[in-house]
Amino acid sequence: MRRRVAPYFLLGPGAAWLLLFFVIPLYYLGRLSLNSGVFGSYEFSWHWENYGDALQLYDTQFVRSFVYAGLATLFALLLAYPLAYTIAFKAGRWRNVLLFAVVAPFFTTYLIRTLAWETILSDQSPVVNVLDAVGLAPEGHVLATGGAVIAGLTYNFLPFMVLPIYASLERIDVRLIEAGKDLYASAAQTFFRVTLPLSAPGVVAGTLLTFIPASGDYVNAQFLGSASNQMIGNVIQSLYLKQSDYPAAAALSFVLMAAILILVLVYIRFAGSESLMGEEAV
Amino acid sequence: MDGAWRWLREHAVQIVGVLVVLYMLIPIAVIFGFSFNDPAGRYNFTWVGFTTEHWSNAFGIPELNEALVTSLKLAVLATVISTVIGTLMALALVRYEFFGRRAANFLIVIPMATPEVVMGSALLSFFLLIGSFSLGFQTLLIAHVMFCISFVVVVVRSRLIGFDRNLEEAAKDLGASPFETFRLVTLPLIMPGIFGAAMLAFALSIDDFVISNFNSGTTVTFPLYIFGAAQRGIPVEVNVIAMILFFFTCAAMGFATWQQRRAEKLTSVRPEQEAGAGVPAGAAVAT
Repeated sequence: MRRRVAPYFLLGPGAAWLLLFFVIPLYYLGRLSLNSGVFGSYEFSWHWENYGDALQLYDTQFVRSFVYAGLATLFALLLAYPLAYTIAFKAGRWRNVLLFAVVAPFFTTYLIRTLAWETILSDQSPVVNVLDAVGLAPEGHVLATGGAVIAGLTYNFLPFMVLPIYASLERIDVRLIEAGKDLYASAAQTFFRVTLPLSAPGVVAGTLLTFIPASGDYVNAQFLGSASNQMIGNVIQSLYLKQSDYPAAAALSFVLMAAILILVLVYIRFAGSESLMGEEAV
Repeated sequence: MDGAWRWLREHAVQIVGVLVVLYMLIPIAVIFGFSFNDPAGRYNFTWVGFTTEHWSNAFGIPELNEALVTSLKLAVLATVISTVIGTLMALALVRYEFFGRRAANFLIVIPMATPEVVMGSALLSFFLLIGSFSLGFQTLLIAHVMFCISFVVVVVRSRLIGFDRNLEEAAKDLGASPFETFRLVTLPLIMPGIFGAAMLAFALSIDDFVISNFNSGTTVTFPLYIFGAAQRGIPVEVNVIAMILFFFTCAAMGFATWQQRRAEKLTSVRPEQEAGAGVPAGAAVAT
């Protein structure tokens, strides 16, 4: 008897909190998205037109969000994998120092980090001069372009990519890699047929943990982009907090959530769900 | 020349890795550097001259101090609440088979798969339509605990999964009660996981801008202060305080690692512990 009730007691407080302040708010978000009227007298009226209107008005921002987030995720993966590999297999006694360096950006506020990039990428900065010299900064400026926003997104979510990849690399039994070598596989073959597949759960988790927050982000576009680099997050926040057009903002929020859920489910179908569902697959 | 080339090729991964680390640290160096800047106007974006004035005057802006205190209070409370209820959830999920387990797993994953802007706007819709919550510290606390729980569960759960259950069996065989077993065996062994989860929750909370921006009402946290100030020029003191927070967190991390190492050293002296040391990795694969 005790064993049957115990898990519900342990689960209770957390589950209640999540139901009350995550699931139920989503219901209210949906409800608000079907309101009509003007500010001050919004009324629930199954006003589905909000969705069509919002999508038609802001389709470019939607597409842009997913493109920026996708590119940022790709760059983050390309940067994170060698770093995670170094920490897991090559760092030796420097391992903890490097791990610390990966999480160190978290210890400075997100907004300040992004503002630091505003400094680094401003027109007179040495970084921009170098980029200009190698032809990567047309007309000698980077700030207020899509490139700057993508760079900011890549930077800000990089630790979310490094840590899961590192965790899955670190778990690999090195004897498996040695076995690959003993069986005369080249370094590249060993990597692609042993190491990489074994680290796949980390890669899947990392891409999701990077892509999802990046696609809803609006801080990078706000500080590093211009009016023509606005993402869907910028629109939602401005409709909610500045223009008080709650129904339209709620509709956009709902579509964003649905779009990401669909993308994630499709992705997990292809990539496997080990990393997200935890022990089921272990 | 040939040797240098070979060295480069053999160490290519490490070189890229170190470059990426540098990339991660550059903004911190910039924040640190510009905390000594003496900007001419209101904008602290170009280097003008060196001064330590803002360091000696770090807490000279009352609104900034107030925001900082609010953030710290919020982060401590959110960390304590989310770590406790998150750890309980992780225990339930790893240790028990029960009806609704998959649903519970799903409930924990979904918030992490939801962009902050959606969570923020959903909570705001909820608070607006319900009407019985006034936006402010209490709504911020509700929101922060909510988004921290999932991360706590995931971190603690990963520690519990690699856990050698034989150690608990041994304790029971030696006559320990279930509670004693939990307090003397389970808890110390998963403590690094719980501590890591708490650090993560604290970092997430003190750093959160997006969800807070939706649900703060007129309450101002440290990130919200920065966002507000960004429009009219950020005072250099913000950099100074960011660096102070940074050094404090580093010190806390260092202290925690030192403590953990000491604890590990103490336990590794016992022969039975040493014999069991090789088991968890194998056990995790086998289960």
